[in-house]
Amino acid sequence: MSIVTVQLGQCGNQIGFEVFDALLRDSHSFQGLCSKRENEAYQTSCKERFFSEEESGVPIARAVLVDMEPKVINQTLSKAAQSGRWKYGQHACFCQKQGSGNNWAYGYSVHGPRHEESIMNLIQKEVEKCDSFSGFFIIMSMAGGTGSGLGAFVTQNLQDQYPNSLKMNQIIWPYGTGEVIVQNYNSVLTLSHLYRSSDALLVHENDAVHKICAKLMNIKQISFSDINQVLAHQLGSVFQPTYSAESSFHYRRNPLEGFKDPALYTSWLEPVHAFNVWKTQRAFSKYEKSAVLVSNSQFLVKPLDMIVKKAWNMFASKAYIHQYTKCGIEEEDFLDSFTLLEQVIASYCNL
Amino acid sequence: MTQSVVVQVGQCGNQIGCCFWDLALREHAAVNQKGIYDEAISSFFRNVDTRVVGDGGSISKGKICSLKARAVLIDMEEGVVNEILQGPLRDVFDMNQLITDISGSGNNWAVGHKVFGSLYQDQLLEKLRKSAEHCDCLQCFFIIHSMGGGTGSGLGTFLLKMLEDEFPEVYRFVTSIYPSCEDDVITSPYNSILAMKELNEHADCVLPIDNQSLFDIISKIDLMVNSGKLGTTVKPKSLVTSSSGALKKCHKKPFDAMNNIVANLLLNLTSSARFEGSLNMDLNEISMNLVPFPQLHYLVSSLTPLYTLADVNIPPRRLDQMFSDAFSKDHQLLQADPKHSLYLACALMVRGNVQISDLRRNIERLKPSLQFVSWNQEGWKTSLCSIPPVGHSHSLLALANNTCVKPTFMELKERFMRLYKKKAHLHHYLQVEGMEESCFTEAVSSLSALIQEYNQLDATKNVPVQDLPRLSIAVSLTLPCQCSGVISAHCNLHCLGSSDSSASASQLLFSLVTLLDIPIPHVLEQAVHFVACTRHFFFQVFQ
Repeated sequence: MSIVTVQLGQCGNQIGFEVFDALLRDSHSFQGLCSKRENEAYQTSCKERFFSEEESGVPIARAVLVDMEPKVINQTLSKAAQSGRWKYGQHACFCQKQGSGNNWAYGYSVHGPRHEESIMNLIQKEVEKCDSFSGFFIIMSMAGGTGSGLGAFVTQNLQDQYPNSLKMNQIIWPYGTGEVIVQNYNSVLTLSHLYRSSDALLVHENDAVHKICAKLMNIKQISFSDINQVLAHQLGSVFQPTYSAESSFHYRRNPLEGFKDPALYTSWLEPVHAFNVWKTQRAFSKYEKSAVLVSNSQFLVKPLDMIVKKAWNMFASKAYIHQYTKCGIEEEDFLDSFTLLEQVIASYCNL
Repeated sequence: MTQSVVVQVGQCGNQIGCCFWDLALREHAAVNQKGIYDEAISSFFRNVDTRVVGDGGSISKGKICSLKARAVLIDMEEGVVNEILQGPLRDVFDMNQLITDISGSGNNWAVGHKVFGSLYQDQLLEKLRKSAEHCDCLQCFFIIHSMGGGTGSGLGTFLLKMLEDEFPEVYRFVTSIYPSCEDDVITSPYNSILAMKELNEHADCVLPIDNQSLFDIISKIDLMVNSGKLGTTVKPKSLVTSSSGALKKCHKKPFDAMNNIVANLLLNLTSSARFEGSLNMDLNEISMNLVPFPQLHYLVSSLTPLYTLADVNIPPRRLDQMFSDAFSKDHQLLQADPKHSLYLACALMVRGNVQISDLRRNIERLKPSLQFVSWNQEGWKTSLCSIPPVGHSHSLLALANNTCVKPTFMELKERFMRLYKKKAHLHHYLQVEGMEESCFTEAVSSLSALIQEYNQLDATKNVPVQDLPRLSIAVSLTLPCQCSGVISAHCNLHCLGSSDSSASASQLLFSLVTLLDIPIPHVLEQAVHFVACTRHFFFQVFQ
């Protein structure tokens, strides 16, 4: 069951590299309490899912790298090759000379249609290499221009071309006090478009990961490299092969009992169906024991509300709108996006 | 990667330009140890095989043969350009890149703009087109000029309109040296205001700088370095202000050092586009983030640190000091005080061994003391470039779109009006063909309108920020569906706020589905796709 990863923009490519690196390092690391046979099954499964084999034996990541300017892709390719343990495919990247300028409209309306064929062809090639293809993992940020705009465009295309495959988008929620001034516009436009074409949005907030680095890991001078590695670690542990428990009632440790508390869930969903435990004896990375929680809850309401509020305030003053309209995104498109997101917020609030 | 072309116009423009090319060469030499012509260096330089005659000598890859600046040098006097061509940088420019004349513009905008504009129009176009053709992907024109004179001001702004028409997709970044109060050119207010109209209309982004600020900064550096207060922590010669390749000038004002600051500004502005880093910032992002409305495109810049520190390991205190300095009045390259005015947007471009946490810590620290416009309360654009400037371990360039430019413009307008009311020196302008009094009145109105925009923004300064009312949504999922004979053509699922409904939503959903004979996946797609459900379903069935 293979997954094809599409890495978009500076953020997507920087993170993508760390994810593949983490996955491969884990598959070669300490095996924990599981048997040798189980470990081998684990390793094969992991490799199959994310890498394809080459004659030389160096695993090649099942990934397509997309960026509108060359610096980051060049860096990513060389870092992977330097590690010696794995690499990216030689022709797996699509690159242009001039970036999207933090402009969602440019990424979506200009770069998207212009390079649609080339990018979709690359993805198609990667899909064809899989024996059994299960879905797409798209890594992108929301604040910039390529990851957000082109990412939304590509996801839409994937929806049209592969309607039966799963598409999961890993989106990076920008820092509250900006990295990019128009990040709220870009985020609103991205989310509203992704809602229509993605199957699942896995969210990582820069602020949250930053706090993890600062408080839990005590890193003094936190770099994006640190942040990306934490992220990759989390993602890696989500993706690694596990087996779903026979029955979710058989917990051996009490801490997990806490998740069965009905108060956590909506009344129309019983804890049994909402909470699934998948476990494996095989240890992840260097840890003897680890757990990862993936949840769909109201946690996102506050950040989402904040972004919509800021974007709305800016929109009311019409600031920066001329940059979007000159690329074909009109005010009505903004209004549609706002409407959709307000609906989402309301829906979550009403739970 | 993209390329940029520098267009240096007039005496001031060419002197600064010269410093810029010298610094650029040194910067790339420090980074590019192997002498391979790479994309970073191609952003400002061509690689040419000088043995080939004519135009065919361009080499796109491999070892560096001979570097030629992507520049066009324009001056209506020969003095400065000749000096450049006899100096150490002579091989960096080629003869095809120059446009010179002998007579000069006589500090008269009209002569520069109207007379030389029309005289050299074709040549200018040809040279600019040639330089564009040498680029794989031209992104930006950097125009360097002064506002107070005749050539830089007049011909320089004539060029802007030409560039806009000929290369509409290419950005026009203008570095303009504004005349200080004690400027020795009497007609500098006329020249500046006439030029400003062109900047308002045809530039994408303007970096206004004035000589007085540069001079003050140089004096401060000299004072600090010579006072011995900093001891051994500071190197005796600041690399920000000195270089070996600049033109030797014996002036009362240390123009070399001043020009170097501007050259550093331009290098730092483009560093994140040329070199790698963990958070890149391309030139098109500058315009995108810092220009909220097309007419408000004046950015005040500040550069820190200004003196070279001998100590490579910078304690965090020093790093934080660098950020604080960037916002102080003394470090701005224009007589302006951004801290006490209103920010529309702010960009921090960091180079060297600085990480995201340092950046964030300082933004958090400085934010409370700065006032941002209500619709852009957290309007920060940041970038991290790994390569520091030559001789430094790190540096910070802050660009602010701030109402603090207003006093400079207002003062300029006042000086203009003092002359204009008396019609002083006006005849020099009006006797030029194509010049009328309306040129003056239009230019002043253009400036007044701009000042008025800043006034309106300033008026919002101390008003408490109120969130605007948002769209209010009634959550309703509408499913257009096929009707079987019995049931409705249209079903509405409304959610009620009340909590007394007994049926669980999932049960209702499924009953609905069976009744309507809709395939389950489609309904689920619609309702569950939002990954949210409402607590209660209520549906109406029409017969």
